[in-house]
Amino acid sequence: MVTDVVLSATNLTKRFPTGRSGNFVNAVNGVDLCIRRGEVLGMVGESGSGKSTIGRTILRLTDPSEGQITFDGRDITNLPAKTIRPLRKDMQMVFQDPWSALNPRMKIGDLIAEPLRIHFNMSRSECADRTEILAKRVSLSIDFLNRTPSALSGGQLQRVCIARAIATNPKLIVLDEPTSSLDLSVRAGILELLQELRVETEAGFLFISHDLGTIKLISDRIAVLYLGRIVEEVPKSKLFSDPSHPYTQSLLSAHLPSDPNEKIERLPLEGEIPSPINLPTGCSFHTRCPLAINECKSKPPSPEQISAGHMASCLRIRDGKNIISREIK
Amino acid sequence: MSLLSVQELQTHFIYRDIDYQFREAKALNKVTLSLNAGEVLGIVGETGAGKSLTAQSICGLLRPPAQIVGGSVMFDGKELLSLSEDEINAIRGADIAMVVQNPRSSLDPLTQIGKQLVRVHQTHSGGTILESRQKALDMMRAVGIPDPLGRFNAWPHELSGGMAQRVLIAMALMNEPKLLIADEPTTGLDVTVQAQILDLLEDLVNQFDMACMIITHDLGIVAHYCDQVAVMFAGEIVEQGPTKRVFQTPAHPYTQQLLAATPERLQMGIRSQLGGQPPDLFNLPTGCLSQDRCPKSTKKCETPPPMIDVSSGHLARCHFAESDNKAGSKGGD
Repeated sequence: MVTDVVLSATNLTKRFPTGRSGNFVNAVNGVDLCIRRGEVLGMVGESGSGKSTIGRTILRLTDPSEGQITFDGRDITNLPAKTIRPLRKDMQMVFQDPWSALNPRMKIGDLIAEPLRIHFNMSRSECADRTEILAKRVSLSIDFLNRTPSALSGGQLQRVCIARAIATNPKLIVLDEPTSSLDLSVRAGILELLQELRVETEAGFLFISHDLGTIKLISDRIAVLYLGRIVEEVPKSKLFSDPSHPYTQSLLSAHLPSDPNEKIERLPLEGEIPSPINLPTGCSFHTRCPLAINECKSKPPSPEQISAGHMASCLRIRDGKNIISREIK
Repeated sequence: MSLLSVQELQTHFIYRDIDYQFREAKALNKVTLSLNAGEVLGIVGETGAGKSLTAQSICGLLRPPAQIVGGSVMFDGKELLSLSEDEINAIRGADIAMVVQNPRSSLDPLTQIGKQLVRVHQTHSGGTILESRQKALDMMRAVGIPDPLGRFNAWPHELSGGMAQRVLIAMALMNEPKLLIADEPTTGLDVTVQAQILDLLEDLVNQFDMACMIITHDLGIVAHYCDQVAVMFAGEIVEQGPTKRVFQTPAHPYTQQLLAATPERLQMGIRSQLGGQPPDLFNLPTGCLSQDRCPKSTKKCETPPPMIDVSSGHLARCHFAESDNKAGSKGGD
């Protein structure tokens, strides 16, 4: 299993300078993660928690401030753009907004063939054959190949984006909120397609979303992010049954299942996510955590192993006081 | 009698196209619904189903080419559609308030939020500025804005999305409305903030005995916060009733597909039936509007389906919806 690791990152950190003030937005603060072949790592968190920045940084679309990224056994942290370009065929990304991800002046067929032409130098006829296969794979009508993106609906455009991503048989696909901008009627179809593809392609997937329902459906492991740190990493089966970090617990309690008979347990969580410019000292969640003690303000927690594959960073796990008491609604 | 009663409301988009031909998009097709004080109604449907248009038609916020071509909207004993612009202005913002989807673009960026709240109160209730100011501070406190006095002079750009949405809700509540229409109040907010806002709305409905209409596409919100639900498709309400009953025994095939497509119920290997193009509003089919997308569609669906009483208060517009008490309700057939 260990050799199956497609991508690993250690101590990944990304800071963005803010204007003249000399301050930094601490978007990602020391994240360790690994993605294996044929596995979907779900990443969930509020806006501003650094989900998208991690997705972009591990593909070297932005450069990390600190840390190390290993892709397919090779350290890519400091590779120059020229050297990394041929590697791009093994790492692909699907963006949130398919309308702005596709060139409006290109035909759908050319859009799908673009990665093939760049990376495989395929002839025109080979390209055309492969494009048709790809279009069929993502359940897109062949008639669309001669149209421009304006003729397609959001769901169809997202299928085009997915076809582009799988065109080069990548080893890693980063999906940044691929279903959030889509209507609920087409969301289900896209999720089904992604489920089938993960079995077929055996690539590693990083699925970024803020929707817990979607994350639960598609991921094998889930990383919960708060202010640029992974506070909990948990196998899917344990996410809803045994959340260990207080933040995960309150996040889950805010999720509304679509069954009116399922009781929701509301865990009180005050206020909003603090500014990433001035990070709280110690545990970054202590400003909102109902269980915070004095120690939490000064001492940053380190990840604790709870069971196989289940880690959480909370000081109160050691004395077993990490579960927020529940008020049944 | 219910507080709001909408009967067979029809809103069409009528305009001349580039060839100077009349074009008419039938965007709302005989929408009928009613809402009582203290009740929360959820309206769900996909994009373009006419959810927001229903709200705008009720409030008289339509702009050409949209126009109401038929039906009636009775609110608190008054027929809203026959009121003059001045008369409806007096009701809108006072008795009917609206919270819209994008809080940032709905606040005046050049006016401090306190002033905006005071202005809403002054317009409708009069009184001294000091009274309005006190009311504004009370409302800011009621919607959970920390340090209302400090935030009173804040500018809209200084607020986070969740805070801006709270200000909008405070603004809607300034004149203690009888009906609050919330059009996607939490889209674009984080789940933890969404929960805070929805809990707040629920408390306020109970506290002020308001009627509340929540327009959303999130079935989770409907399941937990709405007493009644109306499912819209192509400008038509295809199913409505008490939330629990509709979610447990959906009678219309479209509702069934919609519920089956939520991530929780989506199962591997079973293809979702949902999807496909909604019918062309310029050229609606005769009979059932969802006949092209419906797996159960037969010849019979080319005739307009009746609204069938599935059980008391639970209605579905489908030929194949089955009534609980067949003997009773189908006696006239």
